[in-house]
Amino acid sequence: MTKLRARLRGWRAAVEKRLPPWSSRAMAVALIAIGIVLPFLFSSSSAFMNATIIAVTYAVMSLGLNVVVGFAGLLDLGYVAFYALGAYSLGWLGSGFFFKAQVHALVSPVASTLPGVHLNFILILIAAALICAGAGVVIGLPTLRLRGDYIAVVTLAFGEIIAEVAVNGQSIHVGGGMTLTAGNLGISAVDSPYFPGIGSFNLLNLRPWYWLIFAVLLFVLFVNLRLRDSRLGRAWIALREDEVAAVSMGIPLVKTKLLAYAIGAAFGGMAGAFFGTYYTVVNAGQFQFGFSIFILAMVIIGGIGSIWGAVVGGLVLGYINNYIIPNVLNNLPAKFGFHFQLTAVEFGIFGFLLVIMMVLRPQGLIPERRRRLELTAGIAAEDAQLVETQGPAGGPT
Amino acid sequence: METTTISPTPSPPAVAARSLAAVRRYAGRWGLIAALAALPIYYGITDLTNGYQAGFVAGHAVIHHDLSKLGFNFATGLSNGAIWALIAIGYTLVYGIIELINFAHGDVFMIGSFTSVGLWAVLGLGLTTGALGLIGGLIVTLIIAMLVTGSLNVLIERVAYRPLRSAPKLAALITAVGFSFILQNVGLLWRGGSPQSVPDLIRAQQPVFTIAGVPILRGYILAFAVMIPLVFALTWFINRTRAGRAMRATAQDPEAARLMGINVNATISLTFLLGGMLAGAAGLVYALYETNIWYFQGFKAGLIAFTAAVMGGIGNVRGAVLGGLIIGVIQALADSRLGPQWTEAVVFGYLIAIMVLRPRGLLGEETREAG
Repeated sequence: MTKLRARLRGWRAAVEKRLPPWSSRAMAVALIAIGIVLPFLFSSSSAFMNATIIAVTYAVMSLGLNVVVGFAGLLDLGYVAFYALGAYSLGWLGSGFFFKAQVHALVSPVASTLPGVHLNFILILIAAALICAGAGVVIGLPTLRLRGDYIAVVTLAFGEIIAEVAVNGQSIHVGGGMTLTAGNLGISAVDSPYFPGIGSFNLLNLRPWYWLIFAVLLFVLFVNLRLRDSRLGRAWIALREDEVAAVSMGIPLVKTKLLAYAIGAAFGGMAGAFFGTYYTVVNAGQFQFGFSIFILAMVIIGGIGSIWGAVVGGLVLGYINNYIIPNVLNNLPAKFGFHFQLTAVEFGIFGFLLVIMMVLRPQGLIPERRRRLELTAGIAAEDAQLVETQGPAGGPT
Repeated sequence: METTTISPTPSPPAVAARSLAAVRRYAGRWGLIAALAALPIYYGITDLTNGYQAGFVAGHAVIHHDLSKLGFNFATGLSNGAIWALIAIGYTLVYGIIELINFAHGDVFMIGSFTSVGLWAVLGLGLTTGALGLIGGLIVTLIIAMLVTGSLNVLIERVAYRPLRSAPKLAALITAVGFSFILQNVGLLWRGGSPQSVPDLIRAQQPVFTIAGVPILRGYILAFAVMIPLVFALTWFINRTRAGRAMRATAQDPEAARLMGINVNATISLTFLLGGMLAGAAGLVYALYETNIWYFQGFKAGLIAFTAAVMGGIGNVRGAVLGGLIIGVIQALADSRLGPQWTEAVVFGYLIAIMVLRPRGLLGEETREAG
């Protein structure tokens, strides 16, 4: 087994050596091109298109959580809070929910005649990112002194509190007969994205939605790649690896950790705002603890800390959750004589995937280079032993 | 924040820093206690000054000005807390020995409830069963449920945590969450997705006697009748037996314990067995007391019990019991005064307050994680 792995690694290194230096860039361009033309291959309102849009949005969330969990090593089990706040940003700023207000900015001719706050979707995206970044800092503050599992519990508690406030928000009055949220009834009739010259999006044609969220994904991906290679990204990794050593080398602990929370939260908020308008309703019932674990599962299955892993994890789980389980395998238990549908146990399936992944391949599908080195350090030592015992000629070099 | 632990040299404005440190020390010592006392004191004062509505007589609200409503809240809370205490001990034992938050523990408790209710049907316990048969049947149920959940917990450790013992701690935490979801779905398939009411075997809401205007219900007595002997048995086991000494040694330093000839793996399995058994007992008490069960009860109970364990000082059995009782009272106060829909937010608010004010808990020592 070890020998096989070593040989596979050798082949991989050989292939990587043969490729010209511009190959990775060419591959990125090709992937983006495929991403852009993809919707033309499918019917514009098909279930697959719908699943693709959701999967891409998950990938954005997964990238956001990856900043917190992967780069900075702060286990966040309350990421659903930012989904909620992002979605509510849309509900508050892009619907007639605050019916006493009359604010309009760059919205469709129809929406500009309606009461309430109606902002352009891009403005809402920015607002959602800012609101969530602020919330991320607030959630991050009490965890600064803590480490490991304790951070997980505090973030979990915050996530649950925000979900609870969302559910009970109908009884929180903000003045003028208006309430904070619409609870389990949901804020409905939210605005669809509108761009001058393109018009309003509608759910009969899913292609514009796809391109919109694909553009958001590219933006978030770009920011992530630049962050990883920046001074801040290196500071996060240093803090993750050894907090005491990092601080004694002059890395500002408070600022660095809070920036991780804020940036990760901002991406989650953007994805949340998109989900708000795409689902056309902001319902408190969507914001369950299970969702936090779902996003975490994407990061882990992709490979903690790996940007491409987060994207792949988000897409894979998005397709499994929204296409394969409900559309392909849903009746599988019935075929074996069980009386339940597979969608009922989807979280059990993800739990199972998490356990299997951790036990068999803890580094994820596309492991981050640094983490792969850490995890395979033991194997490398074994290889070295093999070389020693078999003599210099026998072992793989 | 980092200056308190890292920076070796005091900066020039040392006076300000020293007073800040004093404030922090003071908040650490008394802040949590003040936060805990705030709710009962506030409601006690409002009950005495403004009164509360105790019922209706001939269409008029009867306003009382005494502390018996607060006393009733305390009685409900303490007996609920006895259940949380049993679960919290499981968290605290496991955390004490392998520094892992066993997220699946709450769901083991849920399986305990489900097993108990299933056993009632098997044993034929119902509302018409006589007192002697009922007591005998419940004791058999208790023992079997404890064995089932204990072995389940050992199994989870063997499958999900032991392979990852040398891996980063994040890995085991994630498999714990994964197992929590698996167990929840097992419960979902077992008894459906909505809460199910179960036969009220002991008539839990029936008052037995009254102390100072506070009715003591059968459910309260049951909770303490199960919790107190189990906690005493557990402390005796940990403090007095050879296996208990092995547990303490492993918790202190697994490597050194191994060198002294202790079978560390068996000791860890034993810890999971004990924690799981207490969760099973809590499951039976919960089913008898609340008279309804559902697959999601374990998740909420798990978080509440974990809060209790942290509040008492994680790794400390007495602390877990104390924390469980306190959280129970907070929960009962929130249920009765703010409405049950806010209870979870209040409990989690306290969890965050503990983390900020006193991460090591009421009775705990400084740990590496929380320091």
